[in-house]
Amino acid sequence: MTQTLINKKAVSEKYSELYQVNRSTLDQGSSPVLNRMRDIAIKRFEQQGVPGFKNEDYKYTNLERVFGKEYRHIFEYEKVDVDLNEVFRCDVPQLDTYTILLVNGWYYARNKQLEGLPDGVVVGSLKQVANEQPELLENYLNRQAALSDDPLVALNTAFAQDGFFMYVPENVKFEKPVQVINLTRAQEAVFSTQRNLIIAGANSEAKVIFCDHTLTSSECLGNSVTEVFVGDRAVVDVYAVQNQNNKSNAINSVFFKLGEKSNLMSGVASLHGGLIRNNLLVSMDGENAEANVYGMSFTDKRQHVDNYTNIQHNQANCLSNQLYKNVLDEDSVGAFTGRIHVARDAQKTNAFQRNNNVLLTDTAKMNTKPQLIIDADDVKCSHGATVGQIDLDALFYMRQRGIGEADARMMLMNAFAHEVVQEIRIEPLRDRIDELVEKRLKGELGKCNNCDA
Amino acid sequence: MLTIKNLKASVEGKQILNGLNLEIKPGEIHAIMGPNGAGKSTLGNVLTGREGYEITEGEVSFMGQDLLDMAPEDRARMGLFLSFQYPVEIPGVPMVNFLKASVNEHRKFKGQEPLTAGEFLKLMREKKEMLHLDSQLTNRSVNEGFSGGEKKKNEIFQMAMLEPKLAILDETDSGLDIDALRVVAEGVNALKSPERSAIVITHYQRLLDYIVPDFVHVLYNGKIVMSAGKELALELEEKGYDWIKKEFA
Repeated sequence: MTQTLINKKAVSEKYSELYQVNRSTLDQGSSPVLNRMRDIAIKRFEQQGVPGFKNEDYKYTNLERVFGKEYRHIFEYEKVDVDLNEVFRCDVPQLDTYTILLVNGWYYARNKQLEGLPDGVVVGSLKQVANEQPELLENYLNRQAALSDDPLVALNTAFAQDGFFMYVPENVKFEKPVQVINLTRAQEAVFSTQRNLIIAGANSEAKVIFCDHTLTSSECLGNSVTEVFVGDRAVVDVYAVQNQNNKSNAINSVFFKLGEKSNLMSGVASLHGGLIRNNLLVSMDGENAEANVYGMSFTDKRQHVDNYTNIQHNQANCLSNQLYKNVLDEDSVGAFTGRIHVARDAQKTNAFQRNNNVLLTDTAKMNTKPQLIIDADDVKCSHGATVGQIDLDALFYMRQRGIGEADARMMLMNAFAHEVVQEIRIEPLRDRIDELVEKRLKGELGKCNNCDA
Repeated sequence: MLTIKNLKASVEGKQILNGLNLEIKPGEIHAIMGPNGAGKSTLGNVLTGREGYEITEGEVSFMGQDLLDMAPEDRARMGLFLSFQYPVEIPGVPMVNFLKASVNEHRKFKGQEPLTAGEFLKLMREKKEMLHLDSQLTNRSVNEGFSGGEKKKNEIFQMAMLEPKLAILDETDSGLDIDALRVVAEGVNALKSPERSAIVITHYQRLLDYIVPDFVHVLYNGKIVMSAGKELALELEEKGYDWIKKEFA
């Protein structure tokens, strides 16, 4: 026990020291909006340190090992020696998006100029916007993250310098999706801290697709935080396609604050990655808001995917739907913790949650834990979790019709995943994900793009 | 076409088929009747290759080949079809995709080109008309939310699409009202040809009013204990199975 404590302390102290040593570099060039939150955040981090098994919220994912390794930290923007616009081409046909590249958490300096953005829409680098138009983010940045108890969110806040920023003014329907390509590109193990902020004003519409890729086969660790503000009556879609190398470690914490009558669609597809922990926190802060929260993962080898959700119903008459599905092969491990909290006055809440899992081997492992805390009396809440194998009766039925075993299995797994895929509200993306899922299941998916770097 | 010799099979160590012999020639319809637990469904499952059955003795040849040595999909592609007693619901797999994969696997096996989407839809339309089927069935996931009758009709529809050489109808009549029964029977009769055969597994004589068998066999304790013409079915209907049980206990 002492050993564990020492390790945990040593690991956490490493990050405190790193902060103290680099404090002036972090501040340099960053806006006061970012800098003013650092000291409080690092203290919050130090109070708990890197979460270990004893942290109930992280009991299925051991992060001490991951954070204990040596990484290179990047506290100043590094020039990229190739033109990433050339190296990276997403070949999704019919998916017409504004494409933004980020490298190791930093906004790529040679991103193409975005043409034809609707009036007032701002898409760009968090660092740059914080410096040039701090008034745009002052009332939003860290307003959700600061309320979190998660030490890793605090760690991000302490180190945050750059990331993706988007602002859609009220009444603007921004139809064309913005695709944010997060690239990890380094010769050696690199640590990235990315901070994103998305603000959708009242009655606006916005769609963002995050694609996480690694252009390296070496180990890496990313600790990202995204805050999304969905204004009253706004409709916002945020999708994430996670396709990193199997030595990567990624912790993504995404916060959504929903205004009244707003509508959120969040979809996360974890295709490849070594260790993935997705924290997804929704705060329903206006009446009649709707949150649709979907996720799926496909794991094999020794992959580890842990999804943690917290849907906070603070106001009456809101609806939340959660559906997470996982297909686990070989020695992979998955976890799902889904928390729904209905506050005392949030009457007429409808909150639904489902988690279905298929284990393809005896050695794959799934942990699932629904947590419902209901403090109101007039609510409709449900949750259900299943862990099972491929339906052998269905498999035989298909084979009896002449469909080969491998194809039949594929059709069944596709069907399993499709229940999630069909919820995607951008059609070309839906088709693309269907295709990626099929490739992933067939073991043909290495990278989902044309990128050979 | 199908020759079963001294077939013995067990499930979880319990012997169900007990030395069964049966010979089916092209164009023949055989009814297999018998009380509950006689081994009727086991026979269908063993012939089509379902897992969980251990063949302890005997041999089965189908179209001159050793059937028991083949994977279930290969048996199907050779023309062996089972109309399931309890068709499986497969949510998320659309009927159309399922059937198209199935039809094209059969074609591939015969060395034929796969059907194009247009050709496939045309074939589907023809077969639906032939069976007077509601077109809704093919717009849904395989058997998902189908009523009992719809499931059975769907089995017959799949049979019509695949045109098997030997169809095994496992209690296709159970749970059907008289109208659905007629649709099923008409479907089977429409597919009748000098090359195609069927095994009709049933409890009751009722279905045999519509599908007239050339032979009726009584299966009891895993063996065929009696074989005769279609009149045997009427006799069984009248007398029940008790006298069989007594005689062959």
